[in-house]
Amino acid sequence: MEEKVLTKNFELKNYYKIDVYLKEKGYEAVRKAFEKMKPEQILEEVKKANLRGRGGAGFPAGVKWGFVPQEVPKPKYLCVNADEGEPGTFKDRYIMSHNPHLLIEGIIITSFCVGIHKAFIYIRGEYEAVAQRLEQAIFEAYEKGFLGKNILNTGFDLDVFVHRGAGSYICGEETALLESLEGKRGHPRLKPPFPASIGLFQCPTVINNVETLSNIPVIILKGAKWFCKKGLPKDGGTRVFGVSGMVKKPGIYELPVGTSLRDIIFKHAGGMKAGKKLKAVIPGGMSAPILRADEIDIKMDFDTLVNANSMLGSAAIIVIDEDTPIIDVLKAVAKFYSHESCGQCTPCRIGTSWINKIVKRLVERKGEKADIDSIQRLANNILGKTLCPLGDAAAMPISSITEKFRGELESYIAG
Amino acid sequence: MSPKFSDQTKKRIKEIIYRYPQKEASLLPILHIAQQEFGFIPVEAERSVAEMLGIKPVQVREAVTFYTMLHSQPVGKYHIQVCSNLSCSLLGAEKLIDYLKEKLKIELGQTTPDGKFTLSTVECLGACEEAPCMQINFDYYGDLNKKKIDSILNGLK
Repeated sequence: MEEKVLTKNFELKNYYKIDVYLKEKGYEAVRKAFEKMKPEQILEEVKKANLRGRGGAGFPAGVKWGFVPQEVPKPKYLCVNADEGEPGTFKDRYIMSHNPHLLIEGIIITSFCVGIHKAFIYIRGEYEAVAQRLEQAIFEAYEKGFLGKNILNTGFDLDVFVHRGAGSYICGEETALLESLEGKRGHPRLKPPFPASIGLFQCPTVINNVETLSNIPVIILKGAKWFCKKGLPKDGGTRVFGVSGMVKKPGIYELPVGTSLRDIIFKHAGGMKAGKKLKAVIPGGMSAPILRADEIDIKMDFDTLVNANSMLGSAAIIVIDEDTPIIDVLKAVAKFYSHESCGQCTPCRIGTSWINKIVKRLVERKGEKADIDSIQRLANNILGKTLCPLGDAAAMPISSITEKFRGELESYIAG
Repeated sequence: MSPKFSDQTKKRIKEIIYRYPQKEASLLPILHIAQQEFGFIPVEAERSVAEMLGIKPVQVREAVTFYTMLHSQPVGKYHIQVCSNLSCSLLGAEKLIDYLKEKLKIELGQTTPDGKFTLSTVECLGACEEAPCMQINFDYYGDLNKKKIDSILNGLK
């Protein structure tokens, strides 16, 4: 049995309540950080742990924190990205509803390390019940003196608020999230400047995903060396893999970074539903380029997936079986991105809707000869030409599906 | 119904505004409250929110039209949103959507004549392990099939 970090104690009754959490040695990481460590030691440890961003981009968290200027007259902010909109992804929902205090611990330690006194958890609007649970957990943490003024008599102050989104995939992109939090439409910003220097309310801002921050307490308690050993030297720790689609046991599986994709599907998630054969896998949320059934003997870490021309992303694995026509997958992908494009950049706004129109034509078996080439050309014209990664997120899976399953798609071209 | 915020709600709004260093950041939380209070966000509510925050009414409209959870038109007492994204469609979401259309005798985006149900599709709800899934108002329902949908809908008064 693999040792769990984030999903440990999930089966314990009322673990989301602070009294139960404290009984299981909760908030020890916060105590250790405050009592035994200086902010620069925490930063050093997180950098050494090679904790890479769990939202999808895989940027090292410690390096991100290091970009925040030390001496500024402005306040600094922490934004917790709990927007979890990447299709196939549901891990943060589990972490927040089963283990909210672990996230709060991560928020406190991060804020202490970077010198932040106000944090916002931006949670997708649909997660109303989860938001309520978080608010209750935050309330309990205030009551016990882990939040608010003069935390544990250290003189350190921190306020945490839950901020609900209102239904928009793009708000998971960090600069769109900032715009949204400021009360505007979620239109991504031009980078640079990066949020670390000019972020929320024009102030230095750290933005980290829920799962990323939930890894901080264990790094503090067990150290960077342990964390790297748990995963890979350059990609430490575990991942909370979310498996869905045509498997026997869909759900979350917390396993070391670098676990093989085949093992996740066939050992942990129980293999294929109804004894069907595997056709393809989307390994890291819908934005990730698709893998064929013969490409799943692969380690699930950021670098390996990049080398395989795909992406680990949010580690959301969508399993597709032999009975599923690939056009159905393409249809879902094309529809999603044309719906969610924020409309700011022309290649993405126009490109995704053109692709969607062509795919609809193929679905009706009215495709024209040039259609598959057109889709590929359109995808290429989006790739790398937009302000934010949504354009790429649309282009990459679409290109890979049309490339790897071209033969099957050609059967949708009219006589 | 004239959409005016109750005194209690006004107090709640004031507390929320206080959380943010800039007033307008409280726009989404306030619009959530407005929608809770009126069932949707009428133009008059847009105006009074703009006034409270010292912003132009068009800035409020921009948000209301951008975010899919905010409604500028009334919706049914129960808003059924079926996920039509990949994991759910792999497991038969489309058939369930057709079933609901037939059962409620409405098309997507429509409300039943008695104002009880509105039916729409929604992008990934983040509950793919229970695909196919749907959300009715804020409640999640997963591992759906026709029979389960019947019993869920029968339970809604």
